[in-house]
Amino acid sequence: MTVHHLTTPLTDADLANLKIGDQVLLSGVVYTGRDAAHKRLVDLVNQGKELPIDLEGHVIYYVGPAPAKPGQVIGSAGPTTSYRMDAYAPTLIEQKGLKGMIGKGSRNDQVKEAMVKHKAVYFGATGGAGALLAKCIKSAEVIAYPELGPEAVRKLVVEDLPLTVINDIYGGDLYEEGVKKYRIE
Amino acid sequence: MRVIDYQEIVDAVAKLCMEGNFDLGQDVLNALHRGYETEASAPGKDILNQLIKNAEIARNEQVPMCQDCGVAVVFVEMGQDLTLSGGYINDAITDGVIKGYAEGYLRKSMCDPFTRKNTGNNAPPIIHTQIVPGENLKITVAPKGGGSENMSAIAMLPPSAGIEGAKQFIIERVRQAGPNPCPPIVVGVGIGGNFETCALLAKKALLRDIGEPSPIKEVAEIEEDLLKRINNLGIGPGGLGGRITALGVAVEVYPCHIASFPVAVNINCHAARHKSIVL
Ligand code: SF4
Repeated sequence: MTVHHLTTPLTDADLANLKIGDQVLLSGVVYTGRDAAHKRLVDLVNQGKELPIDLEGHVIYYVGPAPAKPGQVIGSAGPTTSYRMDAYAPTLIEQKGLKGMIGKGSRNDQVKEAMVKHKAVYFGATGGAGALLAKCIKSAEVIAYPELGPEAVRKLVVEDLPLTVINDIYGGDLYEEGVKKYRIE
Repeated sequence: MRVIDYQEIVDAVAKLCMEGNFDLGQDVLNALHRGYETEASAPGKDILNQLIKNAEIARNEQVPMCQDCGVAVVFVEMGQDLTLSGGYINDAITDGVIKGYAEGYLRKSMCDPFTRKNTGNNAPPIIHTQIVPGENLKITVAPKGGGSENMSAIAMLPPSAGIEGAKQFIIERVRQAGPNPCPPIVVGVGIGGNFETCALLAKKALLRDIGEPSPIKEVAEIEEDLLKRINNLGIGPGGLGGRITALGVAVEVYPCHIASFPVAVNINCHAARHKSIVL
């Protein structure tokens, strides 16, 4: 298994090295966003307005964290199911330079096409490992839509967040390949 | 007639909400360990290892194992010789859920279906009450995540579909769900009853300990066959490909109308949470 240490923002050269099944330990700034935040961001893009975050080269983590206990940076923070963001992701990739998404579960064809055409990747984080993944988050700050509670946009600084490349810029899909290998008819 | 105090229920429910989210059942942990031993895929093994570690952190540090602390699904078995002082039982349960989700720093995930505005306190819970003989009160809190719940389905099959038709519907549902519900999953199945009872049977099946077969021999055989065929799908831990797609399958049955053959599948993730208390 190939392991890459990467720091955001991601460059096209970083992405060119990534193949499905590779492990990535990601560090740097990562933004959080899920259903409600995506709707607002894409509404802004469609209206030609500025976004509250600069996504150029950046990565969005689909997560709605649990509240932090006193002394914690953030509560448990594992990925949410990504297909609910499929309606919005292509716009952010095509028009705002989004280079990476972190979530769990399959993406639709439009997202996969946008990833190949505009060079972006989809990383899987382990669904349900929220307590473990939160340990990699070194700081967290709400930077937009605080009224959305767990769905607010947060700026996280992560260190060695363990990820797997699910979709690369070459059109590969680990979910499809992995299942093919182990399926018994 | 026995009398039970409102506040006793509030405190018990609050505790169950927290324990449920912090402390993964030993049956699930054992199943994850067994899965780790048998899983053939290296990435699959790695995921199972992460999940075991994750459960340890949650238990030791008293933090939720998953950020989705779920809808609070509450099953109540109330003895008919029992009465409550100080208020209405559903209010006590609701207050307990509010208290548990606040004090446990658990994520609040309930919202208005149209405006999507969060209710802010994870209320209201979903309460299923059954009146039973005796004077005890059994309360089970089963926090249920949205990701796996969304992959659930019900079918009103024609009786001619037979048991094989029911099995195919269930397996196909799991196949379509793929990596979405955080495999390894636990599959709850309801067979029979009517539309709403069938769905409830599937939910109740998720309360059974993993690895504990149905006491009905034919049903236990169905469970075994389903588990084997689901694991043959190759989805594996995290959906990355592998042998351990499901940790367990539990089927609950009930008689149905001569014209009907309802089948419901309620998918749970490995964060298969439920805690009970008898007051
Ligand atoms: S499906 Fe279960 S483990 Fe996965 S994110 Fe939802 S609650 Fe957590």
